[in-house]
Amino acid sequence: MTVAYQRKPVLWDVDYDAPPNRLVAIVGPNGAGKSTLIKACLGLVPRASGQVEFWGQSYRNSRARVGYVPQRESVDWDFPVSALDVVCMGRYRRIGWFRPVTGTHKAAALACMDRVSMRDYAGRQISQLSGGQQQRVFLARALAQEADLYFMDEPFAGVDAATERAIVDVLRELKSAGKTVMVVHHDLQTVPEYFDDVILLNMRIVAAGPVRDVFTKDNLHKTYGGRLTLLSEASDAVARAAGEL
Amino acid sequence: MTSPFEPLSIGVITFNVGLDLFPMLAATLAAVGCGVLGNFLVLRRLSLMGDAISHSVLPGLVIAFLIASTRSPLIMFAGASIAGIATVVLVELVKKLGRVEPGAAMGVVFSILFALGVLLIESAAVRHIDLDAECVLHGQLETLVWYGAPESVAELLKLSTLDAVPRQVTTLAVMATLSLAFIGVFFKELRIAAFDPDLATTQGFNATLMHFLLMIFVAAATVASFEAVGSILVIAMLVCPAATARLLTDRLAAQIGWSVAISLVCGIGGYLAATAVPAMFARDAVNAAGCISMVAGALLALAIIASPKHGVVTRFIRHKRFAQRIAVEDLLAALYRASEADIESVTPERLAAVLAGHSPSETIARAAREGLVSTHAGTIRLTASGHLAAMNIVRRHRLWEHYLVDEAGFAPDHVHSAAEQLEHVITNPPVGPDRDPHGRRIP
Repeated sequence: MTVAYQRKPVLWDVDYDAPPNRLVAIVGPNGAGKSTLIKACLGLVPRASGQVEFWGQSYRNSRARVGYVPQRESVDWDFPVSALDVVCMGRYRRIGWFRPVTGTHKAAALACMDRVSMRDYAGRQISQLSGGQQQRVFLARALAQEADLYFMDEPFAGVDAATERAIVDVLRELKSAGKTVMVVHHDLQTVPEYFDDVILLNMRIVAAGPVRDVFTKDNLHKTYGGRLTLLSEASDAVARAAGEL
Repeated sequence: MTSPFEPLSIGVITFNVGLDLFPMLAATLAAVGCGVLGNFLVLRRLSLMGDAISHSVLPGLVIAFLIASTRSPLIMFAGASIAGIATVVLVELVKKLGRVEPGAAMGVVFSILFALGVLLIESAAVRHIDLDAECVLHGQLETLVWYGAPESVAELLKLSTLDAVPRQVTTLAVMATLSLAFIGVFFKELRIAAFDPDLATTQGFNATLMHFLLMIFVAAATVASFEAVGSILVIAMLVCPAATARLLTDRLAAQIGWSVAISLVCGIGGYLAATAVPAMFARDAVNAAGCISMVAGALLALAIIASPKHGVVTRFIRHKRFAQRIAVEDLLAALYRASEADIESVTPERLAAVLAGHSPSETIARAAREGLVSTHAGTIRLTASGHLAAMNIVRRHRLWEHYLVDEAGFAPDHVHSAAEQLEHVITNPPVGPDRDPHGRRIP
């Protein structure tokens, strides 16, 4: 799979087969294309080439089995909805077009809020929540999706210690329930502790596999070091050439 | 203005069925239709889109007229609708290809399209064609006069009345009903697409599709409204009721309900303000569309000032109360510290320094009213409940000092002012030892 923005390739030739029932960290420097990788998988940004399959099917046919936690900053937290309203959004796929959110779905959403210790905040307007609480609301919303595969974009960014623990607990819970979770992560120190597998990404997959095999000094140096400047320059050159055509 | 019919008088307000009924209905229906759609424009920070669409309708009308050479309503409506949708597409294109912010894209598109409309009209005017750019701005409500209107309420309620309803009013009724139905039916989908477009799309509710559906409705509402009420009212109603309602509630469903109520008040109130109020002073009626927009703006201003949740006044009162509470707490803490040091009372100088800017006598009087202190012959004493409250404040202060020094690594002589602020916030400090960094006992 290759992804390009404005004709500038940001992900080159990504080829990856996610192992089932694992917690996978996606790690890489700023601009490495971590969020783009997730968005391309979910069809939120167009792919220049290549394909993504879920259990051998297209994404369109697997929507109900795939959950998504966008970056916290991607939404307007002044929006006039309560925390419960936001968690209920995770059930919309199940509810379907036009039908209202019923009590059954609200109860399911509340149970998910309970799992991240946010039940007491269900009635709060979302701007009244702290950053960590907002992230937990997003996590509860993902749980409400009841998916088998989750994509989470920087769930640990700017959260307090209690929220970080809550997220890790939920990740482990999901794993023991047989699910797979792919998490964009920025804290290299916690990768071995929190995750089974890791994808080292910098515009292409530098290395991917079990943490103990792949998460090596050498690979990290390749991912974060200066060796990829040539690829970055090549991207700019492609964009320029496309612009002149 | 001379009236062909006897006006109805309700209190001091005169209402003339023949002159006023249909214009008022038209204005109110336009206000409600635009007002309810405006909620999602305001929430998606696309308020200017109403402005854009209502201005670019003009070239659509002129081009439709030039092609079909008729002013038949259907042709005009088609031309305006195409122009409205073209605006939405153009704005998206300018935003993407020109890499400019949405406001700039909308501003560029509508001003250029409106200019094109003006130029087209001028060239059309040479060919003796009757199209007026000003009508687009403030509409033609006065043309909706009902000649031969019934004189009694019973007659007015007859079914045959429906035949007399002008086309503009029918169009607006359909538009308002469809807009309300659209928001009602797609409430859940519009909400998720506006709040989190990516999640909406991954769940199969295509956010781009919802965006275009909304824009088509905004375009249709604009087109349906502008002939009768003009674009000023459309622009005002797409923004003001929703923005006002947002200040009154933190729930989307309630916000939509409020916006409809506010639109009704604007439509009816604004129309009466334009006709009946000048009549009371024996003056001619003023432009109703303008007046309705003014009422909408005035309601928004009122909400900004006086909204119970987000208003300026509420915030001022909340701030003032908080400052007063801090002053009382500082007074109690000062008395507690004095009693620790076995000093009978606190000197006025010391009190003035502790209260920093607050009047000592007012603060003492407030604390006395709350039963926290008692005053006897110039000395102030803590009551039993005052003592308890004071102890809590001093405890919080010293625990924070302990935390800041031991956990956060502050220097012991730098923590007092920080702890002074923290002791007044609700968050409790983590429990600590029974002595603060300065060796004083933590109660």
